Amino acid sequence: MEFPRLLAIPLNYMPLAAIERATGMLFQRLLKEHPDLFERLGEHKAKRFAFLPGDLPLAFIVEPARPAICVIRKSAMRSAVDASVEGPLFMLLALLEGRCDADALFFSRDLSITGDMEAMLAMRNALDDADIDLPRDLSALAGPLAPVFGKMAEDIRRRALADEVSAWN
Amino acid sequence: MELICPAGTPAAFREAVDAGADAVYCGFRDETNARNFPGLNFSRDELRTAIDYARRHGTQTFVALNTFMRAGDEEIWYRAAADAVALGADALILADFGLMAHVTERYPEQRLHVSVQASASNADAINFLVDAFNARRVVLPRTLTIADIARIAPQIRCEIEVFVFGGLCVMAEGRCSLSSYATGKSPNMNGVCSPASHVRYRQEGNELVSELGDYTINRFPAGEAAGYPTLCKGRFDIADSRAYAFEDPVSLDVMGEIDALAAAGVSALKIEGRQRGKAYVAEVVSTLKRALSADPAKRAALLAGLRNLSEGQKTTSGAYEKRWR
Repeated sequence: MEFPRLLAIPLNYMPLAAIERATGMLFQRLLKEHPDLFERLGEHKAKRFAFLPGDLPLAFIVEPARPAICVIRKSAMRSAVDASVEGPLFMLLALLEGRCDADALFFSRDLSITGDMEAMLAMRNALDDADIDLPRDLSALAGPLAPVFGKMAEDIRRRALADEVSAWN
Repeated sequence: MELICPAGTPAAFREAVDAGADAVYCGFRDETNARNFPGLNFSRDELRTAIDYARRHGTQTFVALNTFMRAGDEEIWYRAAADAVALGADALILADFGLMAHVTERYPEQRLHVSVQASASNADAINFLVDAFNARRVVLPRTLTIADIARIAPQIRCEIEVFVFGGLCVMAEGRCSLSSYATGKSPNMNGVCSPASHVRYRQEGNELVSELGDYTINRFPAGEAAGYPTLCKGRFDIADSRAYAFEDPVSLDVMGEIDALAAAGVSALKIEGRQRGKAYVAEVVSTLKRALSADPAKRAALLAGLRNLSEGQKTTSGAYEKRWR
């Protein structure tokens, strides 16, 4: 399932600072729920990882050592990263939750990986073990609307994963 | 027959148990096991928790200490064995005869399995390990046919475990030096085959190029399923053709032959894949568990869904049904 193009286009014009602030809030919330998220990275914790959703004009750069996430436009991407992974947004989110197998997506060429393979492998294994559940972990940010937000997010995930499973089989 | 399932992380371990594994095999986060990959494997505390979880669900835990000890550093392996025994591992999977001797002497009650890395592939070799170290089970190399297994089984005095699904190692395991040749590191001594530190992928025009050390392993045209960057599955220029010299990028699937394997004397079926994610573990274990109790006529349909999870998105029965010499 690809991110709808009509929703992706406005991201070209939205202020980057606003997108980064929202992404940073989600990232910090995940770290609060999973304080040991990057423990498995070991020596690779000091490296910079780029997550490149193929259906968004944005790149997400994660620095586990700080820990921090920054958002840049792909068209302006000049900062050096150690390793990067590229694929559709929902596929990257499914990998974040460990709901898809990265090797299988690599075999099928849905996912491409470049740079420091050792660092990216460590990141994959760290995320796979983290038991991240985005609707559960992030819904608290919605305050009193948490149940509604959680249900909507679960519904989107269910539809996105249904596409992935049918692709596998 | 028992289903022996892989786990590279505690999350994958729980998935394997929940999906119905009879036993889960795993290793410590160091060079004592043949899947010493970055970010993978278990700390001592994680293994303690995992064994406890497995016990509560009636599942056994096997700990792989299946690399070969480095002279002068034996203590790393001895400590790993001591900790695995103390934590309550149901079996240790060992390859090094020196470590087998150490475990037999220090922990005579500990159940010992012979790793596929020991490359014990005939009745004499296996019976030697049974007599010398009280080995209770041997994991046979993926170089034998089902007929070979049927010939060996009545001659040996221990149980037989065979790989039935997952990555296919086509070499004499524990003896293969291809990764060493290209990178200086091997599964036998360092726990890594074609280590990620030596792997590079780059896009060259429409081709995905995989490299291991100084070697180009493969060039995948757009749309062709990719494989792992190992020399044994590399596509090379040979005389006038460009072809796979040893084996295609393909995974093992011999679940269609489980009745023949049972008749041959196999006690346990092993799934390869400690390096794979928990989604893979959950999907493969639950599917194979269903296949074991399914009508044989319906097994193929059940298993077809797993092909896209496999290396190169293809499967083979490998040497089990060898039709070449």
